[in-house]
Amino acid sequence: MMTSTTLVYLIALPLAGSAILLLAGRRSDKWGHLLATGLSASSFFVGLYQLSLMLGRSNSERPVTQKLFEWISVGTFKIDASLMLDQLSICFVLLITGVGTLIHIYSISYMSHDADRRRFFAFLNLFIAAMLLLVLGDSYLNLYVGWEGVGLASYLLIGFWNQKPAYATASKKAFVMNRVGDMGLSFAIMIAFATMGTVSFSGVKAAVDHTSTAALTSIGIMLLVAATGKSAQFPLQAWLGDAMAGPTPVSALIHAATMVTAGVYLITRSNFIFDAAPTAQLLVVIVGAITLMFGALIGTAKDDIKKALAASTMSQIGYMILGAGLGPVGYAFAIMHLLTHGFFKAGMFLGAGSVMHGMNDEVNMRKYGALRKFMPITFATFGLGYLAILGVPPFAGFYSKDMIIETAFNTGGAKGIILGCVTLLGAGITAFYMTRVMILTFTGKSRWDDEAHPHESPWLMWLPMAILAIGSVTSGYLLSHGDALVNWLSPLFVNHAEHAELLSPLVVSGLALAMVAIGVAIAFVKYSRNEVAAVAPTDVSIFTTIARQDLLQDRFNEAVFMAPGQVLTAVLVKTDEAVIDGAVRGVGRIALGSGSALRGVQTGFVRSYAALILIGAVALVAAIWVVTQ
Amino acid sequence: MNAANYLYLSALLFTIGAVGVVIRRNAIVVFMCIELMLNAANLSFVTFSRINGDLNGQVIAFFTMVVAACEVVVGLAIIVTIYRSRRSASIDDASLLKR
Repeated sequence: MMTSTTLVYLIALPLAGSAILLLAGRRSDKWGHLLATGLSASSFFVGLYQLSLMLGRSNSERPVTQKLFEWISVGTFKIDASLMLDQLSICFVLLITGVGTLIHIYSISYMSHDADRRRFFAFLNLFIAAMLLLVLGDSYLNLYVGWEGVGLASYLLIGFWNQKPAYATASKKAFVMNRVGDMGLSFAIMIAFATMGTVSFSGVKAAVDHTSTAALTSIGIMLLVAATGKSAQFPLQAWLGDAMAGPTPVSALIHAATMVTAGVYLITRSNFIFDAAPTAQLLVVIVGAITLMFGALIGTAKDDIKKALAASTMSQIGYMILGAGLGPVGYAFAIMHLLTHGFFKAGMFLGAGSVMHGMNDEVNMRKYGALRKFMPITFATFGLGYLAILGVPPFAGFYSKDMIIETAFNTGGAKGIILGCVTLLGAGITAFYMTRVMILTFTGKSRWDDEAHPHESPWLMWLPMAILAIGSVTSGYLLSHGDALVNWLSPLFVNHAEHAELLSPLVVSGLALAMVAIGVAIAFVKYSRNEVAAVAPTDVSIFTTIARQDLLQDRFNEAVFMAPGQVLTAVLVKTDEAVIDGAVRGVGRIALGSGSALRGVQTGFVRSYAALILIGAVALVAAIWVVTQ
Repeated sequence: MNAANYLYLSALLFTIGAVGVVIRRNAIVVFMCIELMLNAANLSFVTFSRINGDLNGQVIAFFTMVVAACEVVVGLAIIVTIYRSRRSASIDDASLLKR
């Protein structure tokens, strides 16, 4: 593999920005945001430069590596801290730095009234650096460092306004649930090291052939656990909704476009493991299918615009995970959907932020309405993202989502039919809840509070939205034209035999569009024809109630994990107090008691001491006399 | 003369000393009783030296005398100081550390 000396700058630039801003403190308040944005942008340009170098080489010579330093050296076991940029990583690098830079620009204006804007930018830069390390690491251990880094940045940014206790709790919830997933990743690394003796991607890939299926399956399942944690997939999905406590640019960058897709990256990167472990691969598909329905159903009931988008993110990542679980045919489509989703979902989140900006940070969609006239640019960019997520041709989602649906159908057998129907149904529900968001926010009559004065956001905010909207329109076509992305990524995955086609692409597109049309129509009938109540009605069906409570995910976690955990803690505390503290206090009490008892001897009278000495001496002599007799 | 008689005398003197230490309150008398016990021990040492026919006992008797001399110096100094400050030589009065 070729080596490069410039890869490190991708990470070093934003990392330096973060360090400077955090160390310089208040001194950098005036220029901190500009420095952070500039460094993020320069990292993007380094990425573009790397892409241009890559394009100039033949397909097999495209990956490059850079060794930074020898990290761990124990006997014959060596791990270098080294970076690797290949066809898959570069997609992520450009997405992270590109979307990241746009969101930096957006945040300059969005956060301009916040006294802590510099700290916010420091954390954003830290996130970019960690995320780049995640996708550039050449071994699972290097990836793990980035993996933890993005978790930290996510925690810091969700709790950015931690003066509100609910927000601080949300950040803790996200961190703790992520840790559960991280355990999976560390277990996967340990199993890989125990069975294969190596943790680098290339080493593991080479060792797959002579490793037992049981070991591969357990590694695969552990990697899946890691992916569910970071990507908010079932059963570790509950943190994503609460993560919306963070500032909206954070939701757009971390909890829509980049960090939550790390699980998809991990599974795609570990394709050689999942290809050799069908059980684990099947579980991946099941997790993806459950989550895509789960998120979609939650999305239909949410009145908070950010939470509706978060549920949608969960659902769309379910599509990606499902695609990645379909094996070699699906990896490229999962990545394609990931890239297009990065554009349209980030755009829509920024749009939501723009709406909130104009509406005094109101997030309840029932208090919006008729904003189209007041925020034309936001409406246009959000609308383009909306068309893209629906999968209306020729917008981005049409190419990426239809490919996943088509691939799901063509897996063959009952599995194919089930997966195909789930993905189709998901598309229909997606159309329903996204149309609901559009109608509630932008059309109908205004239901604002009296003090709301909706206005369009400044250009620093709408420019990134516009660029992302352009991406939402064009990225699907550009990536799928002539199978561009599939061919680009093909050296990474094993070649797959063509499946017999169950349904032709045209039929799949027709079905998907029909489902979308039905979803849109239902939403129109339900929300456009009738008046929308400004306060959420309470006399709703049991299904709506359950969906409003996130399908009882928190209740479930509290009943199954929290309550027994609290009982366990209580028992342990009691045991600690009774047994361990009891033993320590008992020793003390014995010493104290015997001391008190002996104190009576100390009368202070010399004569009694003398008498005691005499008695002692006599007793001693008597004892010696008895013994020697 | 039978050497055992010296030992009986020694035991008698020691008992008188010990009883005196325990029952008397006057510090000077207690002090003298201690001297009596020391010299009773000395008498035993010398007697055993005679019985066994070596000089170890006699040597130790000299040591005891040295110790006794030092003890007298220190002890009398303490007693005089206490008497000066408390106008009393009763050892039961000197139990202030207890309180």
